[in-house]
Amino acid sequence: MSGASMGGAIGLLGYGAYLPSYRLGSDSGVRGTRVVASFDEDATTMAVEAARTVVPEGAAPGALWWASSSPPYLDKTNASAVHAALRLPSVVPAADLVGSARSTFAATRAALASGGLVVAADVRIGKPGSADEKAGGDGAAALLFGEGDAIAEVLGVASETLEVLDRWRDPQRTTGEQWEERFGFEQYADLVRGVAARLLDGAGLAEADHVVVTSGNSGITKRAGALVKGALSSGASPIGFSGAADPLLGLAAVLDVAGPGETVLVLSAVDGCDGLLLRTTDLLAGRRPTRSVADQLGAGRAIPYPTYLSWRGLLERELPRRPEPDRPAGPPSARAGAWKFGFAGTRCVECGFVHVPPLRVCRSCSAVDAMEDLSLADHTGTVATFTIDRLAFSPSPPVIDVVVDFEGGGRTTLEVADADPDRVAVGSEVSLVFRRLFTAGAVHNYFWKARVR
Amino acid sequence: MASKGIKDAVAIVGMGCTRFGERWESSTDDLLLEAVGEALGSAGVQRDDVDAWWLGTLGSGQSGLTLSRPLGIDYKPVTRVENYCATGSESFRNACYAVASGAYDRVMAVGVEKLKDSGFSGLLRADPPSDGTAAELSLTAPAAFSLLDPAYTAKYGVDPVAMREAMTHVAWKNHVNGARNPKAQFRKEVSRETIEGAPKVAGRLGIFDCSGVSDGAAAAMIVRAEDAYDYTDRPIFVKALALASGPMRGGLDPAYDFTSFPEVVHSAADAYAQAGITDPRSELSLAEVHDCFTPTEIVLMEDLGFADRGQAWKDVLAGEFDADGRLAVNVDGGLKSFGHPVGASGLRMLYEAFLQLRGDAGERQLADPRLALTHNLGGRPGGCVSFVSVVGNERG
Repeated sequence: MSGASMGGAIGLLGYGAYLPSYRLGSDSGVRGTRVVASFDEDATTMAVEAARTVVPEGAAPGALWWASSSPPYLDKTNASAVHAALRLPSVVPAADLVGSARSTFAATRAALASGGLVVAADVRIGKPGSADEKAGGDGAAALLFGEGDAIAEVLGVASETLEVLDRWRDPQRTTGEQWEERFGFEQYADLVRGVAARLLDGAGLAEADHVVVTSGNSGITKRAGALVKGALSSGASPIGFSGAADPLLGLAAVLDVAGPGETVLVLSAVDGCDGLLLRTTDLLAGRRPTRSVADQLGAGRAIPYPTYLSWRGLLERELPRRPEPDRPAGPPSARAGAWKFGFAGTRCVECGFVHVPPLRVCRSCSAVDAMEDLSLADHTGTVATFTIDRLAFSPSPPVIDVVVDFEGGGRTTLEVADADPDRVAVGSEVSLVFRRLFTAGAVHNYFWKARVR
Repeated sequence: MASKGIKDAVAIVGMGCTRFGERWESSTDDLLLEAVGEALGSAGVQRDDVDAWWLGTLGSGQSGLTLSRPLGIDYKPVTRVENYCATGSESFRNACYAVASGAYDRVMAVGVEKLKDSGFSGLLRADPPSDGTAAELSLTAPAAFSLLDPAYTAKYGVDPVAMREAMTHVAWKNHVNGARNPKAQFRKEVSRETIEGAPKVAGRLGIFDCSGVSDGAAAAMIVRAEDAYDYTDRPIFVKALALASGPMRGGLDPAYDFTSFPEVVHSAADAYAQAGITDPRSELSLAEVHDCFTPTEIVLMEDLGFADRGQAWKDVLAGEFDADGRLAVNVDGGLKSFGHPVGASGLRMLYEAFLQLRGDAGERQLADPRLALTHNLGGRPGGCVSFVSVVGNERG
């Protein structure tokens, strides 16, 4: 059936996808499109970008499950920074599921059980010249599950588990290993067919309209269409293997184009196989993200290969003769949490002057402690003035800084993300993106940057 | 005006200033001994004749011990002060107040900075632990001051090429002046082509638009004005001391346009009122201003009242602030030729005023100077501290 799902059932309420705007340049030897995260992006920042389009204002999800194989932190929950950046209430639990694309399905199963936001993100690094470097991809995607008017009903979820040495990585290293791909293909192929059959049988279907098969094993993805065929479309990841994000990015790309009442089968072959079967509703068309996966994929900008290598720590560059910044301190960061992570300013209730960052004494009328909170994370602004700083410490100099005047009031100075000096001008319109300013003392300095629209 | 001032209550009777530069051979202690020794000799007093000491340094030491240890000062009050790039001037201001209050008869103000031991370019910040979000943590000083240039040209419709020429003129002029100063870090004239063709640091600022980085120290011996002639027949009298610390509104307020330092406007108005100056353009004989970056000096000409709003770039290009212009600005070479050892700079400016007003400036000597202004600012457009002093060679 099409139309809204029944009250009480957990359905898919929304989805989002985020692709970084950089692509490996042709000097890398890569033909085709290799999506790469900027030096200031990681699995946390990209998760924020994917999720912030999904969570409706004032309607917090029941839980936040973050999945990745490239966690910026261990011993510290990465999902809590995403939670803070999304300004979710503290009663919403947030947790990491770290390891592989299987983690994404574990998160999905948790969200299917009681509602919640699943967001998966990965920065995939391969050794220079490797297949992983060429055929991987960086990105993030989010699914929001809950009761209410769904954009897709959940018809089933199924898994097969297999201990297999197909793809692995030393936790101390950023690049991994893989056995010969034909070995993994033989191990996975029957499992993929088996999970697909179980899901389709369970839903009383002969075939799905759309099938996406994602895997770190290129033998599987190359034969995705032949393994399990969809009536309308069959395929693999839209960007190459993006780790934990891959199944959700694959699903997002299908939801971008699927019609109402169509079935979508997502299969992920990683240490077994996980599958999710959905049927879209007629609400889907009205609740798609502003920018489709295809739009984002088509809008990239090439960077020179040496720049990419230095971003990933695979090539050490000479830095400006400036001291490295100090690590952010815990107590000040905790006190400034709403500002640092949520970009919350304040507005004076006496005179309306907007303060970015918050201050206790109004800069305009001197009223003391007469402020109301004002989140500006989703505000746009215009560049009042800007400069290119060739001396500042940065993993990718030069730094471009802009003085931003926000629509509705407020001014602050921010770094520019994905900076192209030729595209910044006085009067440029900017929006905010969650990024990592720098890392010092193993502390990632998460904050917001301005991005020219 | 809130300040009452201490016009003609105190006088400078001796000063010392080291050669500024990459003083690899000299420690902070050595620089202090050099400047203080010259100042004591200049005033004809002994170390133990000094009743109290003030020391300005941003980062070359903490506490009064930074001065009392190398000098071997025995149990006298030594106060260390810091106020960003106005640190040297702040040492002087507080020392003057100590004498004016009657608490002490003879006070020495000292400033020192040893920048060249760090191995880094530019000034270093010593910030308290923070949440890591402040723009100042990443935006360097040249970048922050480079914001003045496009804002100024946009507001006043100045052709960017002409503005660039004015910036170049500031650097050219100050290097011409510095070439005539044996204590300057850079003692060569620099061609306009070299200035304009230099590698860019931030925005349109090239290397020659930025003040240098150097080591140095300077010191001033301050006594009661009525005692001044006991020490010298050419004392210099303090006419005004003004300081303004801003609320840092500019960085938060879309109404701020990056073409002025309100702190400088306030501190200048305060200083002129204290000194009884109504027309600084005609009454001042020279001005030592904070030319940390070339557009800063252009904007300062307007904020200090030396040029009309939107006109300073023209006056600069017309040579009005050259050594032989209508008001000599940075006739000693400025921060441009001296570099900016933070704790020393304000006292280095005062040293030039002292030399000029006593007729001791050698080949830089201006004709019959009466009143000199010194100015420092610390911080950046949108929020800074600004210091202005006026000193003269006649007691009013």
